[in-house]
Amino acid sequence: MSIFIDSKTTLVVQGITGRDGSFHARQMLEYGTCVVAGVTPGKGGQKFENKVPVFDTVARAVAATGANTSVIYVPPMFAADAIMEAADAGLKLIVAITEGVPVLDMTKVYPFVKERGARLIGPNCPGLITPGRSKVGIIPGRICTPGNIGVVSRSGTLTYEVVYQLTRAGLGQSTCVGIGGDPINGTNFIDCLAAFEADPGTEAIAMMGEIGGTDEQEAAKFVKERMKKPVVGFIAGQTAPPGRRMGHAGAIISGSSGTAAEKIAAFEHAGIGVAKRPKDFVELLSKQLA
Amino acid sequence: MNIHEFQAKDILRRVGVPIPPGRAAKTPDEAEAIARDYGGTVVVKAQVHAGGRGKAGGVKLAKTPDEARTIAAKILGMQIKGLTVHQVLVTPAADIASEAYVGIIVDRAAKKPVFMVSPAGGIDIEEVAATTPERILKLPVDTRYGLLPFQATQLGFFLYDDLKKVRAAGRIMQQLYTAFMQSGCSLAEINPLVTTPTGDVVALDAKMVIDDNELERHPDIEALRDPTAEAPSEVQAREAGLTFIKLDGNVGCCVNGAGLAMATMDLVKYYGGAPANFLDIGGSSNPEKVVNALRIITSDPNVKAILFNIFGGITRTDDVANGIVTATKRNPLKLPIVIRLTGTNEEIAVRILKENGFSAMTDMDEAVQRAVELAKGGKAA
Repeated sequence: MSIFIDSKTTLVVQGITGRDGSFHARQMLEYGTCVVAGVTPGKGGQKFENKVPVFDTVARAVAATGANTSVIYVPPMFAADAIMEAADAGLKLIVAITEGVPVLDMTKVYPFVKERGARLIGPNCPGLITPGRSKVGIIPGRICTPGNIGVVSRSGTLTYEVVYQLTRAGLGQSTCVGIGGDPINGTNFIDCLAAFEADPGTEAIAMMGEIGGTDEQEAAKFVKERMKKPVVGFIAGQTAPPGRRMGHAGAIISGSSGTAAEKIAAFEHAGIGVAKRPKDFVELLSKQLA
Repeated sequence: MNIHEFQAKDILRRVGVPIPPGRAAKTPDEAEAIARDYGGTVVVKAQVHAGGRGKAGGVKLAKTPDEARTIAAKILGMQIKGLTVHQVLVTPAADIASEAYVGIIVDRAAKKPVFMVSPAGGIDIEEVAATTPERILKLPVDTRYGLLPFQATQLGFFLYDDLKKVRAAGRIMQQLYTAFMQSGCSLAEINPLVTTPTGDVVALDAKMVIDDNELERHPDIEALRDPTAEAPSEVQAREAGLTFIKLDGNVGCCVNGAGLAMATMDLVKYYGGAPANFLDIGGSSNPEKVVNALRIITSDPNVKAILFNIFGGITRTDDVANGIVTATKRNPLKLPIVIRLTGTNEEIAVRILKENGFSAMTDMDEAVQRAVELAKGGKAA
């Protein structure tokens, strides 16, 4: 089992003819994702890789193919519009990979998507993968293997590092979700934890947070009050100075709030196993599953 | 991106916020000339991207143009929180009857810009929030509708009783919100917003922080960037398309991806070392980026060892290996280097490095431990 995506996912790729969109559309096809359509305004009628039809608008792509999910690779200044176009076309899962979306754009996108009952993942995220069945985004397929650990993270390469170590230790994954490193994103830790808790294919959860904001603290509270499945957590940025944006727009300690110490304390208080190093996930999760 | 007070005031004046005149000076002579122009008492204010300028002695009254020159000479070149003052703002002193605080920030939890206003202005708003939170009104704004007139009035009534002042403050709230949205801010602040003895409402200070992601859309604001207000290594890094933040340790780090970069710094500390920097070379592994990264890391005299930690997902590790070889052929390294790479094309990368006299590791923990040892003066492998 899995969360959010599986073999029934039918995908439309927004920005399929661009540099990133075409590269990753090919990778997703190779992985076996059911890519049914692409969208690039002005290129409707073309075929991508001689098999995927390209449309001018998301609405047309959905009408013609019945796609249920979208992934977005359009440049940052157009990403907000692309997300709203997908939500308006009735897609219920929208995954925005684009990095650099202005945060004020997201203040309009978030309520727009919510009102249409869609789930947005990202922006500025690596997407998600249900190993062996579907991949939506850019997580490298070969580092994953099917199994019963749910993975949720604000980061890209740090997630790959941990998933790779899990895979090498024989710990497979139900679904890996990258929720993104921006201050306003569509899906938070709690959304994913709740989905993993309800998923019969997930036995334990690995959660990778970082400095900035209070999403991890809220998640810790949720774990303590609402979850039965074991959770192991890690926080990146213990050595980050306050007031500086550490790469991700959302990874910033404001005043004295959003520090790693505060988040780790919240994890400990909630009974979440704390991985001090990325490699500690293997031991802590193995113990939970034994 | 931070902009200076005088730049933020220019933006706010353009949308109609009442602000006393003022001009920036780079020399004591210029400060004197501006003070002479205005006549009467002026305020000389350090223009630097740091809070607490007043406490640091960077804001002073000058009764005469001569005094303005003397004070400007003292403030120019002064260090405030590690930053050198290169400009001062000279502005006529205002008569103040009361001081209030007005600010807008993007609130992560509310996922909206939130107004914060308080009649307790002129001081640190975090302090007000901590000690007398009832003196702050917070009001989230739905950006699809903007600040509605009744909301602006609500904010005004929290500050003043007199309807004329409430209306004036309400107008300023609307104008501040307009500037906030038009300029792509993540923060905009008027502190203090004052009333004068004659009943006018006037902004005496202004601060704006621009969302870096908005700059592509606002070349006029990008042009306000003051490179002398940032660390030179960070300016170099930005121009090279790298994200770099200087720290105090001695292990120079070069990593792909922000989360892994932070986790690598943390692991350096875990094994008893101290990271010299945060550096994310991003997803692309173009050799030129590696060349620039190495130049920036080695220009820090504190660095005693260099650590590469590359996880090849989208990034091809052989590209990074080629970058390291190219960079070190151009500028031979004087410092020990530890290279960890794993993932896409790892075998090719390891071969390239070996052929060029480097050793490569595949385990993150082993590599970090080795780099920490080398930075402490341990022998190279």
